[in-house]
Amino acid sequence: MSIINPTAADSVSLEVAVRAIPKLERQTFESRAMKSGLLTTLTWAAALVAAIPLFSVLYMLVVEGAARIDFEALTALPPAGFEQGGGFGNAIVGTLLMVGIGALIAVPLGIIAAIYLSILGAQTRVAKVSRFLAKVLTGLPSILAGVFAYAAVVVWMGTYSAIAGGIALGVLMLPTVILTAEESMKEVPQRMKDAAFGMGCTRSQVVWSVVLPTGLPGILTGVMLAVAGAAGESAPLLFTALFSNYYVSEVAEPTASLSILIYNFSAMPFDNQISLAWAASLVLVFMVLVINILARLLGRSKV
Amino acid sequence: MARHQFNVSSSVGGVCAPPSSRQLTSDLLFRGLAWCCAAFIILLTGYILYKIGVQAVPAMQQHGLGFIFGTTWDVSRDTFGVLPEIWGTLYSSLLALLIGGTFGVAIAIFLTQEFIGPRLASVFRTIVEMLAAIPSVVFGLWGIYVVIPMLRPMSEFLNEYLGWFPLFSTDLAGPGLAPAALVLAIMILPTVAAISVDAMRRIPYKVKEAAYGMGTTRWEAILKVMLPTASSGILAALVLGFGRALGETMALAMLIGNSNQINISLFAPANTLASLLASSFPEAGVVEVQALMYAALVLLAITFLVNVGGLAIQQYTVRKFEGKR
Repeated sequence: MSIINPTAADSVSLEVAVRAIPKLERQTFESRAMKSGLLTTLTWAAALVAAIPLFSVLYMLVVEGAARIDFEALTALPPAGFEQGGGFGNAIVGTLLMVGIGALIAVPLGIIAAIYLSILGAQTRVAKVSRFLAKVLTGLPSILAGVFAYAAVVVWMGTYSAIAGGIALGVLMLPTVILTAEESMKEVPQRMKDAAFGMGCTRSQVVWSVVLPTGLPGILTGVMLAVAGAAGESAPLLFTALFSNYYVSEVAEPTASLSILIYNFSAMPFDNQISLAWAASLVLVFMVLVINILARLLGRSKV
Repeated sequence: MARHQFNVSSSVGGVCAPPSSRQLTSDLLFRGLAWCCAAFIILLTGYILYKIGVQAVPAMQQHGLGFIFGTTWDVSRDTFGVLPEIWGTLYSSLLALLIGGTFGVAIAIFLTQEFIGPRLASVFRTIVEMLAAIPSVVFGLWGIYVVIPMLRPMSEFLNEYLGWFPLFSTDLAGPGLAPAALVLAIMILPTVAAISVDAMRRIPYKVKEAAYGMGTTRWEAILKVMLPTASSGILAALVLGFGRALGETMALAMLIGNSNQINISLFAPANTLASLLASSFPEAGVVEVQALMYAALVLLAITFLVNVGGLAIQQYTVRKFEGKR
């Protein structure tokens, strides 16, 4: 069987071999290709349909809410019954106050716990258990944080208060802060830490002068996401902060919040209250989305 | 020159001097503090369980297991049962999972399998993530004024022509299961999508190349290779999304109708454990608060089990692809 001068028998076997290879092109209307095209279309449709709710919500907020927003709505007290006008200034203040209290509790605690989880004791049993529980707590229904704060704070203090609301929000913010801070501190290159150790730094010095500054953008992103999430929460405030028709004057009394105002007003039979609920929603969504977008920009600059 | 540098760096407080005793003490203190903060999470979780549990004890002693199988919630007769709420919680969450899960996984495929360019994909990702940022109470408001009016003619039509079919046996009078489940689906979609995307991203690129090399179409590769490989991660996404749905409160309290009945119809009003808590707690007396604490404990137990299950599957997936952690 010479290659230079193939015999007749050789060329026949060659032909058989060629014929045994199936066609390598796919026909446009072959059933497999059709099925693939159909599924692709369906996926596109699913993706586009999923985007509709967001745009519908934003559209309603702009159409129903923006018309009602003015200085009065942002500063006045909520109207009662048939009253016209009014606003939700006290609810804005209350939301900011309670999110502030929650952040004051959750941010330092969460970041220091994350330092332990990511650097000081990453493989210890305490770290493993608390990491796992932090993940479980992210799935804690927000209303149960409210039930907990009711049982722990409201019953103890004897009154609904901004503190109880703030603690409930803090419980919800804590796991987010911990998990994102841990993640961003883990991303600090090991060589940077090793270099600092090589200089004779103690572990705390490595944390304070190398890991925290390097991981800061990621940590801040997590904090802002937690704050944004807490600002939108309403279930935990239902029976911890309750509501109030006046500006908050001390932290140990019932306090208004935007989300509870929306909840209360949404069920009222008065047009004025309903349009105020839309306006309050617009303010709330604006706050939450702005913090979210800032967090995203901050997180991106890191990479 | 070299001699000078050595002097600088070795002098006390210089760059490579050993830590002073003050620095060692503060290091010890800080590490102690960090340990305390980490341990605090464990204590907090325990304390949450304990606090809710203790408040529920009187109701548990009084009603026992009958609480779970009872179907009436009547303060005046001191009769409390949460079976309709458990039914409503599971039913609404399953419906939401059916819709939100399908769309969530479809979007995960859409975002990871190169249907669109990376820049457009990140825009799309942002849109889906923003869905997660919209507060529950705003979705509730939107549900009342957009979803219910939209569903009402549809429910009338279905009830009129297909009323013999149990799912359509009632009409949508106002709030009800269907709008609640639909909004719930929208709310869990970002969770399902995000975790599924993670699962699909973990698949090594070689796997897809090998599939294409065998001559598969894009969808044969997705359905027969990518999805089975990512199946455990997608399962985790669905379970965790289900857990989210079980605990959602405000949107449901506003949309589901708060009616204590067990009805299979999609358009009937129902109730969930979370919305029972939300709607009854603020005005409850001492005895009812105890019963509500019991209900909270039931909800806590269900969501805890589902979440731990989801996390376990997720951890298994990570281990499968990235070795033991």
